[in-house]
Order: sequence, then C-alpha cells, then structure tokens
Amino acid sequence: MIALDDVTIAYGTGPRAVVAVRNLSLAVPEGEAVGLVGESGSGKSTVLRAIAGLIPHAAGEITLAGRRVDRRRTTAERKTTQMVFQDPYGSLHPNQTVDQILALPVAIHRLDRGEARIVQALAEVGLGREHRYRYPHQLSGGQRQRVAIARALILEPRILLLDEPTSALDVSVQAEILNLLARLRRDHGLTLLMVSHDLAVIAHLCERIGVMSNGLLVEITTATAMASNAVTHDYTRELLRSNAGFDRSSAMG
Amino acid sequence: MSETLLAVRNLRVTYPGDDGEVRAVRNVSFTLGRERLGIVGESGSGKSTTGRAIMGLVGRPGRIEADELRLGDTDLRGLSERGFRKLRGRRIAMVLQDPKYSLDPVMSVGQQIAETHRSHLRSTQRDARRAALEMLQAVHIRDPERVYTMYPHQISGGMGQRVMIAMMLIAGPDILIADEPTSALDVTVQTQVLAILDELVRRRGMGLILISHNLHLVSAFCDRVLVMYGGQVLETCAAGKLAEARHPYTRGLLAALPRLGHRRAELPQLQRDPAWMADTA
Amino acid sequence: MANAPVPGTARAWLLSPAPVSRTQARCGRWFRAWLGFRRNRLAMTGLGIVLLLVLMAIFAPLIADRQAATLQVLADRLQPASWRHPFGTDEMGRDIFARVVFGSRITLTIVAMVAVIVVPVGLAIGLPAGYFGGVVDKVLMRLTDIFLAFPRLVLALAFAAALGPGIENAVIAIALTAWPPYARLARAETLTSRRAEFIQAAELQGASSLRIIATQIVPLCLPSVIIRLTLDMAGIILTAAGLGFLGLGAQPPAPEWGAMVSSGRQVLLDQWWVATIPGLAIFIVSLGFNLLGDGLRDAGDARS
Repeated sequence: MIALDDVTIAYGTGPRAVVAVRNLSLAVPEGEAVGLVGESGSGKSTVLRAIAGLIPHAAGEITLAGRRVDRRRTTAERKTTQMVFQDPYGSLHPNQTVDQILALPVAIHRLDRGEARIVQALAEVGLGREHRYRYPHQLSGGQRQRVAIARALILEPRILLLDEPTSALDVSVQAEILNLLARLRRDHGLTLLMVSHDLAVIAHLCERIGVMSNGLLVEITTATAMASNAVTHDYTRELLRSNAGFDRSSAMG
Repeated sequence: MSETLLAVRNLRVTYPGDDGEVRAVRNVSFTLGRERLGIVGESGSGKSTTGRAIMGLVGRPGRIEADELRLGDTDLRGLSERGFRKLRGRRIAMVLQDPKYSLDPVMSVGQQIAETHRSHLRSTQRDARRAALEMLQAVHIRDPERVYTMYPHQISGGMGQRVMIAMMLIAGPDILIADEPTSALDVTVQTQVLAILDELVRRRGMGLILISHNLHLVSAFCDRVLVMYGGQVLETCAAGKLAEARHPYTRGLLAALPRLGHRRAELPQLQRDPAWMADTA
Repeated sequence: MANAPVPGTARAWLLSPAPVSRTQARCGRWFRAWLGFRRNRLAMTGLGIVLLLVLMAIFAPLIADRQAATLQVLADRLQPASWRHPFGTDEMGRDIFARVVFGSRITLTIVAMVAVIVVPVGLAIGLPAGYFGGVVDKVLMRLTDIFLAFPRLVLALAFAAALGPGIENAVIAIALTAWPPYARLARAETLTSRRAEFIQAAELQGASSLRIIATQIVPLCLPSVIIRLTLDMAGIILTAAGLGFLGLGAQPPAPEWGAMVSSGRQVLLDQWWVATIPGLAIFIVSLGFNLLGDGLRDAGDARS
C-alpha cells in the first residue's frame, strides 16, 4: 500500500539545501501498521509529510495504493491518504465549528449525503450532537484530536498517517485515543504509518517499527524484539535504554 | 533528620471565573526537607499552579491562601513582590519546561547566568563571569568558554536546559522546583539532564520538587510522590512503590499507560469517578 | 456570584455550551465577544461616540434644519451661541449647529468609502503575497512600497490639480495612500498562519489555493484588519479634514468639517466658535474611533 524506494527529502535547494531524509526504503503492506521512531531531527515527521504530499521529495519514488505520487496530487489521489497531526490545538481552524471543519472535505470532493457523513464521522470517534457546533477552544485536547481523526476519516482513506497523535495528550486521554485508533483501523482496514518518540505507544499500535536517526532508517524491527532487546543497531539499543527511564542507583554509582 | 525547608499546609489558589470561582489548588499540604518530592498529575490537576504559588508567581486575579506557607523562617503568605524577588534564585529557584521560552533570546547564555549571580550576590563582573563558567562546567557542558558567548537559539534543547539549571542554581538556593524540566527534550537527552539534576541536588544537599505528568519518571527520581487531581492531593506514594498505589485514580493511570513488552489489545481506560473531585480535606 | 443564565431566555440560548446549529454557534461567539467588550468602559465610550455619529448622520434632517446649513443670512453673520443658533453662525450667517450635523454625513461618507476601497484592495494584495511567496510576494510588496512612499496630502494635491477638487477625488486620494499598511498586515497574518497545521490539513484534503485563502485565511486576517481600520479612521478623518482645510475636499457650500475650520481661521480670535466647534467635532469623532479600535483590539487579545 505504501512503498518508499530510495527516497531522499531535502529542505531548500541548491548549496544550502538541508537533507532531512536519505535513501529511505520502506514497504507497508495493506492493513498493516508500521511505526517510525526517532528523536527530533531524525527525519521521521519529514517522511510523513512527503508521503502526505505536503513537501516534495528530491529523489526516489513514493508509491501509494499502486500509484506513483509526488508533491502535486489530484483530488482523487488526495482521498487515499489522510493525516492526523500532533498538536490538537493547531490542527483545527480556531474560527470554525466542528461542523464547518468536517464540511470542508465533503465540499471539496463534492461527496453525496454530506449531512449523514458528518453525523456518522462524529459518532465513529465517540462525539455527539452536542459537540458538532462547538468551536475548538470549547473542546478538550482529547476531543479536538477526535475531531482531527473524524476529519481524516470522513474521506474514507485507505492510508492513515499519524504524526505523534497522542504526544500532546494526558495519559488517560492517550489511552482512549489509542484504543479508538486501533478500533478504527480494524473496522476500516486502514493501513497505518505512525510516527512517535514514545516507544511504548508505537509498540502498542504497530507490528513493525522503523528506527530513524539523522535522516537514515537504521533498523526495522518488531515490538516483540524491542521488548526483549533483541535489536541489532546500537542506536536502537540506546533508545531502549533511555526509554527504560531514569535509574537512580546507577546514577549514584 | 533533615530540617524542614518548606512547610505547606492547606494551600488554596483560586481564580475568579465566569461561572463562579475556579479552585485550582485545594488544600494541598506537604513538607519538604532535603529530599526529593514529586508532584504528579494530568493537565488541570493544579500541580504547576502549586509550584507557582510557592514561588509567588500566581498573578492577579488569582488568589493564594494557606494556613501555613513557610520557607524556612520566612512566611510566604502575603509577601510582596519585592520580598519574593529577594527569595527567587537565592533561596528557592524554578526550572521551567522549555528553555526556548525561558531564556532571554537577546542575551548570551553566559551573560544571563552571570547576571543572576550579580544581582543576588552583588559580585563584580569578573567574579560573576568566573562563577558562571564554573556553573557551566558543573552542568557538564564541555567547552564552557565557548558556550558562554552563545545565544539561546544557537544551543540545543538539552544544553538550554542545562543552562537553565546552571542559572537557577548559581546563587545557591536551598530548594529547586522543576516544572516538567525534561518534557520538551528528546528521550536520550532527558536521561542526561536528569542525571545532572540528580548530581547537583545530591551534592548540594538541596530540596527538590519535581512536577511532571510522567508517573514513572517521578517515581524513579523522587523519594516521595504526591498524586494530584482536580487541585487536590489524592495519594502519597513512596519511591518505587507506585505498583502498590491504592487510590483508584493512580491505579487507573498506571494501567492506562502502554508498556513495551506487555501488549494488550485494548488499553484499560480510566473511568473518572466524580467522587474524586469531592473535597477530601 | 455565578451569572448563570436563566434557561429559556435568549441569553441562555446564546451562551449554551452545546449549540445545535451553525447560527446558534456563531451568534453565541459574537455574544461572548460582546460581553468581553462591554466590560471596557473606554471602548464603550468610543462605541457610543461612533454610534452617535452614525445616528446623527442618518437622522440629520430631523435634528437640524437642512436649509439652515447652507442658507446665507449675511445679516446674521458671526453670531455667538443663542437659542436659534445653538453653536452660533459662521462668516456667511449659516447655522453652525446644522452644518455640524449635516457635516457628519460627509464625514461618514468619506470614512465609509475609504474603508470599502482600502480593505478589499489590501486583502487582495497582501493575501496572495503572503500565501504564495516567491516572485508573487516580491512583485506585490514592491508595488505596496511604491504606494507607501507617497505622502497623502501631496498625492491629494496632485489629484486635485489633475481631476479637480471634490469629495470623490479626495476619497480616492486618501484610499490610494491608505491601503498599503493593510496589504502588509494581511501578508503578515498570512505568513504566520501559512504554516499552521490546519492549513496543511486543508491542503491535504485537496483544497485549492483559492479555497484555502478564502475560507481559511481570510477569517484569520479580518479581525486585525478591522481593528487597524478603526484605529485608522481617526487618521482618515483628519486627512479628509486637512484636505477640506486646503479646499480640496467637499466644495462650498457643503458643510465639511475641515473646510469649516479653514474658513473660520480668519475670525479665530474674535469669533472662536466658527473654527473651534467643527474642530471639536473632528476631535471627538477621531477619539471615538480610536477608543473603539483600542477596545476591539483588547477584546481580541483577551480572547486569544
């Protein structure tokens, strides 16, 4: 469903170009969930944005649902891939109601039964009629993220990209959103590509996990392998160590 | 037996709101000696407000009241802004979350650290500079001379946080309040910064209040953990004994965390009991 | 102390936390903004002054005698305030009170006409410049710089010389030099929101650039543009008055306030009211717009 073949992504052009992602190759079969972990500057979010068609890629091929794509996409191509962003405060227009936010994609793609679709999208993410005409500042962080998910799903995409969808949320809300994402994936047969810095979150949703560092994909492993530290790359080991948390006894030694 | 550096009894912080008063902090009590206290909670729990109230950083129209709010011999209740300014940095200091926003962007980092030293200890420029360089070394910054001249936008997040710690500890306060000090940092950098914090607090025999939403972090780093919800302290846990927490909120929070190696089809969702919001005191 | 709205009332409907229609949500938003604005006394004063101006302009024929504004009764020249002439008469024997009242229509017309030109032009230039960047941005901004370089009065003089004096030409002259700051403002707002995630989300959904600019970015720019406009009103009124003073605005016997101040210059020392009353009117209206603009800005800040 998603195929990245030797993709390089750079910001800017010419001598001052900054290469964010280098020679990345990754394949995600239909219905699978793959995670990308790494620290800031690793290029993981950049990969997502290139797949989403928000930024161009300098070299290599990106193939989505069997079609080769680049930055410029047709409206039909846009329907296949949708994204949920990290910041629930920034991904919804502050001056528009939830209703307007969900009506926009319906209008763009001239979908039929718009009213029914909006109601159904809200119901699927666990929101009700009372939320439909609220403005984002009248919703909690978790509710906003649900709206973002509803917005992504209203176009019935086959690929869902998730950019740190729960990083800005409280622990209890994060659990709700992760459960929601797992259920939606099952119900709609979505292909997921998720980016996070939180190993536990990624391991919860994704079968395979790609580790990125400085623009390179250094390893592809699984959640089980990570749990038993059966990983090959040094950087992955370092990540796992830091993820284990602060160890006071070793610090005092 | 460590002496009590900070005594807080029934701290209350209220804000006037459109639909009546908002009680951001409700009857929070604790004492702090030369130890590490963690305050854990989700957004809206009142943990950050508690830290700010102790520092006198709750602006009008917020109101601070307490039966006791004592820093050593100084009564913090009703202390003027001038009084607080004398205390801040000198006897009690605070490290905030994102050095991008808490460092002055138009001064070099070294100058900012030196300025703290000068304003509290009335030292000369040369002495202040020397003290600042020493502090930069104490936070394990290699090449302190070069970093001294750098501006906040030129340094990484982890280094920025170390600069913050240097700046806050240079005047030798007894207590440090750290409000989400590592939340904005990458995971590998977090460990480094925490190690530095650990070393400095231990060596100087300071008291530390660590405020965070990260239960495991606080439990690993601190001696005691206060769990806050809706402005109140629901439970106090001893270090490393989080697994034995009794309050359903704490247990629910722990259960809701995804864990590497324990894959569950569905994460148990926290069921909020309205009874938790009721006044416990 | 809670000001909980009584259920079933209009206030409750407006403040409902769970609106059930687009209209209700929108009205509720405006109402809340209004409540915040209402608390600012100075802002309310400004609003009051502006409303007074508008009402005075609309109901001018009911307040004062239209004839008295232009009828020259030389025998009654330069009379001080009296029952018949509350503000006295000017050097042509015309009733100053009536002239001020009817002059409000001219002031309001000028202000409205400038606003109607300046805001759309500013948005039309600033929005694409900010959104597309690159060459488009450079060209549009240089164009803006050119117009920014013209001093208002000098351009108005040039227009008057070329096209003859009159209100319409004065309005065009003012508008031509007043739009650049709005283009810059629109561009700045667009640049800030250009990278916002909700804009990226719209792109992701396949929205065209035009749709994004129109439905997503314009609503973000409008508040600051409108606030800027109200603050600018004072300047526009003063410029119009200045043009009138120079004889370039409304021509006699039209009761334009600036022209009234000008013609009252000669008798300023002995019959001070002829120049001072219209001058005061200009001052009060400018102040009113200023206070209103400040209040709107504070209300906007408080909410964000």
